[in-house]
Amino acid sequence: MKTSDLIAALAADPKPRGMPLGSRFSLALALGVLVSACAFAMMVGPRHDIARALGTMRFDWKFVDTIALAIPTSLLALRVLRPGAQLRWLAVALIIPALALSSSVAMELMMIPRDLWLTRLIGSNAIHCLTVIPLLSIAPLAALLVVMRAGAPASPHVAGAVAGLAAAGMAATLYASNCTDDSPLFVATWYVLATAVVVAAGALLGGRFLRW
Amino acid sequence: MGEGQSDEKWAVMMRAALAGDESVYRRLLEDIGRQVRAMARGAFARSRVGDADVEDVVQETLLAIHLKRDTWDGAMKLAPWVGAIARHKIIDALRRRGARQFAPIEDFEAAIPAPEGDDPHDLTDADRLIGQLPARQQDIVRSISLQGQSISATAQRLAMTEGAVRVALHRALKSLADAWRRTAS
Repeated sequence: MKTSDLIAALAADPKPRGMPLGSRFSLALALGVLVSACAFAMMVGPRHDIARALGTMRFDWKFVDTIALAIPTSLLALRVLRPGAQLRWLAVALIIPALALSSSVAMELMMIPRDLWLTRLIGSNAIHCLTVIPLLSIAPLAALLVVMRAGAPASPHVAGAVAGLAAAGMAATLYASNCTDDSPLFVATWYVLATAVVVAAGALLGGRFLRW
Repeated sequence: MGEGQSDEKWAVMMRAALAGDESVYRRLLEDIGRQVRAMARGAFARSRVGDADVEDVVQETLLAIHLKRDTWDGAMKLAPWVGAIARHKIIDALRRRGARQFAPIEDFEAAIPAPEGDDPHDLTDADRLIGQLPARQQDIVRSISLQGQSISATAQRLAMTEGAVRVALHRALKSLADAWRRTAS
């Protein structure tokens, strides 16, 4: 077949009417978060003393961490779908949550005595954290991967990993309201580990489903 | 004009194409094809891979550009977007042909446009892959491409509505891209 013949077929195929990529992406994201929030409300729900906890810096800062992860990486997940996208944004998207977390860890290390560090780090919900965050990530990650199939990422693995970061950020935001371990040392250990699990899953799935 | 805003020739053509101008779209794809062909020939030569089937890569790239045109941000230039897709497909093609080293692919805009040769090899990837589609889709793709029939003439001949022909054509092109990717893995 000559290339000009193929072009004739392409030109005859009109652009499918439908939502632009960005709108579909936002819709999928909202749907994934909604499903995840319902699952969270049914399975665990927020901690009982949340009203009191809201007045404490350590509890509130967990949301700064998780939202600082969720928002920039969600924006990035849309960006990596466009060929020729600048990946320096990847660095920016990762620096924001890293700064939020590391500054709080530094504060914690200064504020509490050394012999409490390990106790705070281990906390009492490590296994719960490692289970619930990945579980709550399933819906947003699936929704993102489905819509991202319409994209053309330079690296399908990286795109999947970024989707994993965004999904874990959203899941962790929900989970943070349940978790009674508020020390930044706990967050920097277990939340990060749970996120790594989701990122690995995202990279693996991305390599499989986001190729084009 | 601010950064990102673009009245680059290709961007203007693509906007017209997306608004439904079929003849502009055809000219744009031909333009892009010449550029991709030059780029692919250069890359094949530098990786010491024979270029007998460069046209297959050009066609695969054009199909990807067509199916992924939704990912182009209309406020940007088109050439960098096309260049990124072409690089992706050319590297895939080189890997498939067992090239171990990838000489850096030249800047897309620097490639000197190359016209299509008269005589592509007998059985191109596209021919082979179209042969794997369901019979009705094969018929429609061949009718519109090789025989140069219009959608309406094809619809009449097959006693289908024009809408149904369009849907079948679109599905066929998507399956074609999927099949191409499977040969790549």
